[in-house]
Amino acid sequence: MSDFHSIRSRIIQIVFAAVFVVIVLQLFNLQVLNSKYKLMADDQAIYRKVVYPSRGMVFDRKKHVILDNTTLFDLVVIPAQLKMGCDTAALCNILKITEDEFKKRVINGIVKNGRYQPSVFEGLLDEKTHAQLAEKLTQFQPAFDLVERPVRKYPYLAAAHVFGYLAEVDPKFLEKNSSEGYRQGDYAGMTGLERTYEKVLMGQRGIQYWNRDNKNRPTQPYQGGKFDTAAVAGSTLYTSMDIELQELGEKLMQGKIGSVVAIDPQTGGIIAMVSAPSYSPALLTGNQRRKHFSELYTDPKLPLYNRAVTGTYSPGSTFKTLQAVIGMQEGVITQRTGYPCRGAYFECGTGKPKCHGSGHSPDLIHAIATSCNPYFANVYRKIIDQPRYGTVDSGLTVWDKYMYGFGLGHKLGVDLPAEKGGNIPTAKYYRKIFGNNWSSCNTVSNSIGQGEVNSTVLQLSNAIAMLANKGWYYTPHIVDSIEGGDKFGLLEAYHTKNQPVHIPDTMFEAVHEGMADVMKPGGTGWRLAVEGINICGKTGTVENYYRGNKQKDHSFFAAFAPRENPKIAIACIVENGGFGATIAGPIVSLMIEKYINDTISEKRKEWVSRYSAVSITPARIVDEIRKRDSIKLVKDAERARKELLKSIKEETGIESDPDSNMSDPNRKPPAPPPAKDTNKTLAWIAPTDDRKKKTDNHPIK
Amino acid sequence: MSQNPRIISKGINWLLILLYLVLVFIGLIAIFSVEYRPDVSIVQSITGLKTNYSKQMLFFVLCLVIGGFILLTDSKFFTATANLFYALGIVLLLVTLAAGKEINGSKSWIPLGFMNLQPAETCKIFVSLALAKYLSRLETDFRKWKSHAIAIGLALAPAAFSILQNETGLALVYFTFFITLYREGLPPVYLIVGASAAVMVVASILVDPNMLAIILTVLAVLTIWMLRRKIRRDKTVLIIIISVWGLCVGIQRFAVPFMFEKVMQPYQVERIMSMFGKDYVPKDPAAAEALMKEKAKQGKISKDGKKEENYNVKQSKIAIGSGGVTGKGFLKGAVTQGDFVPEQHTDFIFTALGESFGFWGTTLVLLIYFTLLMVIINMAERQRSVFSRVYGYSVAAIIFFHVVINICMTVGLAPVIGIPLPLISYGGSSLLTFTVLIFIFVRLDADRQAVIR
Repeated sequence: MSDFHSIRSRIIQIVFAAVFVVIVLQLFNLQVLNSKYKLMADDQAIYRKVVYPSRGMVFDRKKHVILDNTTLFDLVVIPAQLKMGCDTAALCNILKITEDEFKKRVINGIVKNGRYQPSVFEGLLDEKTHAQLAEKLTQFQPAFDLVERPVRKYPYLAAAHVFGYLAEVDPKFLEKNSSEGYRQGDYAGMTGLERTYEKVLMGQRGIQYWNRDNKNRPTQPYQGGKFDTAAVAGSTLYTSMDIELQELGEKLMQGKIGSVVAIDPQTGGIIAMVSAPSYSPALLTGNQRRKHFSELYTDPKLPLYNRAVTGTYSPGSTFKTLQAVIGMQEGVITQRTGYPCRGAYFECGTGKPKCHGSGHSPDLIHAIATSCNPYFANVYRKIIDQPRYGTVDSGLTVWDKYMYGFGLGHKLGVDLPAEKGGNIPTAKYYRKIFGNNWSSCNTVSNSIGQGEVNSTVLQLSNAIAMLANKGWYYTPHIVDSIEGGDKFGLLEAYHTKNQPVHIPDTMFEAVHEGMADVMKPGGTGWRLAVEGINICGKTGTVENYYRGNKQKDHSFFAAFAPRENPKIAIACIVENGGFGATIAGPIVSLMIEKYINDTISEKRKEWVSRYSAVSITPARIVDEIRKRDSIKLVKDAERARKELLKSIKEETGIESDPDSNMSDPNRKPPAPPPAKDTNKTLAWIAPTDDRKKKTDNHPIK
Repeated sequence: MSQNPRIISKGINWLLILLYLVLVFIGLIAIFSVEYRPDVSIVQSITGLKTNYSKQMLFFVLCLVIGGFILLTDSKFFTATANLFYALGIVLLLVTLAAGKEINGSKSWIPLGFMNLQPAETCKIFVSLALAKYLSRLETDFRKWKSHAIAIGLALAPAAFSILQNETGLALVYFTFFITLYREGLPPVYLIVGASAAVMVVASILVDPNMLAIILTVLAVLTIWMLRRKIRRDKTVLIIIISVWGLCVGIQRFAVPFMFEKVMQPYQVERIMSMFGKDYVPKDPAAAEALMKEKAKQGKISKDGKKEENYNVKQSKIAIGSGGVTGKGFLKGAVTQGDFVPEQHTDFIFTALGESFGFWGTTLVLLIYFTLLMVIINMAERQRSVFSRVYGYSVAAIIFFHVVINICMTVGLAPVIGIPLPLISYGGSSLLTFTVLIFIFVRLDADRQAVIR
């Protein structure tokens, strides 16, 4: 062999070696230096499957399960497997759909999740359809399959507003709760307890890691499930609700617009919270959910609205009880102070408010029992016009302070979303409206719970609870305790006693006396007494106007019982129900009887059917229904609704606008604030009538 | 040569056979890891011959039998029949061209019932033998350009057929015979000119035409400036430089565009362009539309017209890269198990090894290949007969080319060409070809003391 040849052989060997070294270097680069491929591989080849735990249950105070879970089934389809054979005709027959609809749904599925991923073909099957499908499932497999879906079950079909509902999360929600690990397609509580206690109820999601293939199909547990975490079921909520009382309340309120809130004064626990009209919570589970939701949503009576916490009303005469306590504490009256009533209150020169019923009030107790308007107008003026405070501004500020102490004018912090704070007018506000002309006279409506005073029924019943307790309350709440402890500190606020004002017990007792007399012959609510229970009550009757026409009065009633050892404080409003004692009174009376005695006496059972049969539709809503029936206007409303929805969402939780544009002949306003467009639209959806009361607002009793 | 079975094993290089067995074994493991699914019984799939690894095992047994026969064959048989086999190979290629079966868009297969034969693949053996035969002829004087032309012609004839069959990848293999020819004394000028022309063509595909013209001109001016003294003495240097410049610009500006636009079919151009990662849109709109249709038919683009060519390389790099230093472990590769890499059991088998065994594993495989090549070259160099030496170099060159191109393709250093990884990739044709190539050489080497022509 020549040297020439051995050199060439050597060159060839060197070239071979060099090329191999280059390859090894590239491998070193890919496999050792570069970590991005590992991430990319995990990203595409490992599937993180979220395992949903069952949501927490809810118990009432008697340990009834009032919110439970059940399992329904989804029929899912994997479009790619349809060609492996499927008895389409039989399937269409069971589901009662056409072949065209079948194709449409399959195409929808492909568009949503692709050919190889299961898509829901028919969700949340009812029992009968599920049974039929399960029986013949082999004819439809492998393209179709039944998949378990845990859904909410409502054993009592009541308290829909308290529980709220679940819905698929929307992009906005995802953005807001980005750290909570929600994903598109998840369900979360949107309203009610489901929303407030979402963190507790949702439990802890489990995560399973799966290997998946190039078509995104999970194949086998990743590393035998070594990294999986198990799902932990949501915790049970123990509430202070009494589901039977709730059912009774909803029954009594049916056909009406209004709400009832009953609180246990000892604990602040809410026993019943009715918002009428209500709906069956079961409507918002199951596969008809969407349809039901849009029906409820477009109903002019706004059944989805929880009026108990979001509806603000003038509390009317029920408010006089607080006026009395403040008056005594401020020393402007005593229990024995009387006031002559000559048919109306003339000291401001307007003859308003008018006096109904018996004239002269010899003392406070009698004034409460007969709901004497001039008496409390006098008290109110005396409080804020006290010379020791100098100006009427500081007088009103003192008065406001007491009202805030009674839980009015600000949100209480109940464990339900969208609570409103009502309104207690401030001096600053009146300064703005009346300038230097403002006095106790042009705001005298406040004395009898009208004018600018606004509160929710929840606030009203809480104020009654505070009266019952003689000066303290626990923040009203639905949930008493959470299984496994309050890990998120959601209940802390409900375990501290609030005692914002320090008023001697004797003053409360005087008011109790007056409220007890309400239920006695000669009192406004004498018909409503319950044998064996010492009830302290107060009627309220609020004049209201719609489009300048006087409507039937709103009926109010607030009470607590028994007087000696208060177990229930309750307030009720029935819109356009008439006198306080006409409809709201009997409802409260029956609910107190039911709660204290656990049953309703035979002779009063007839009342239950009588009052639940009463149907009152306010003119406002009649108009709305008429509007809805006109196709053109429906379209307009629809457009307005979309804008509204946005403003409502922003509005929820925001202090309600006191700018309600009411005019009172007593006032000499320089110029009424211009009604903003938002106010108009808000009035449309808000159950409260106060924005519609364009003329005046007159108390009767 | 004695046919006595007792001394049949005399002179056989067992190291080469051991390396061969190790590689085939690695191949079986890799194919198994690609196809393994925990829910499928292994015994059943092996006995049922349903899976590729069980088929590969069967091919392996067949190859061992054929290898055994080769070892029993007299070395003279190969020299005697070399030309005959070459002729047979060419005939097979012609038959394929006329009546071949189309698989994956290339009409390069002859169906044999139990398997499909790819003559362009087997032809490598015949060319190796024929080339060895020609160069070992006493009358061949490899210093003459005529001999060069004949040798190059012998080597590249099957490549021409392969290109006609749309198997550009296989065609490229035949260029590796230049390694053999270089060893046998082919003047380097052939390689330089050839390589330069190839670089020019590639450059005119990759670089913007005007930019390339400017670069070439700058290079020419620089050369003239650097050689200005020489040029002053001898004007022919200037003429050479200018004519080379003219030729380059000519190729770049006129020859390549002319070939692409007028001579070749759009899909062929597209294939060449995509090898270099370039999009090709014909200037003629009708042709462009036809090309899109063709591509859609082959499933190369999805409905929305998105290109999916890079998917293979991306997945391949992900699989190898995610293996890390030590790998994820046998049968634990998520990318492999998820079928993410297309053609993973054949052309992309290296990715399965990369993912499961990591950098150490891939380096070990490369080391085994390198050892194999060095063993073959050393064996070739110790041959007394030119025939055996030429043949040995051809075997080394073919294996080298396959290994390098295949692995470079999986790690993103080379365009995707359908070339299997020798002895490891799934495929009966490929395994058989390499078995025969190696075993013939083992046989020849065993007889290295004799002069074989």
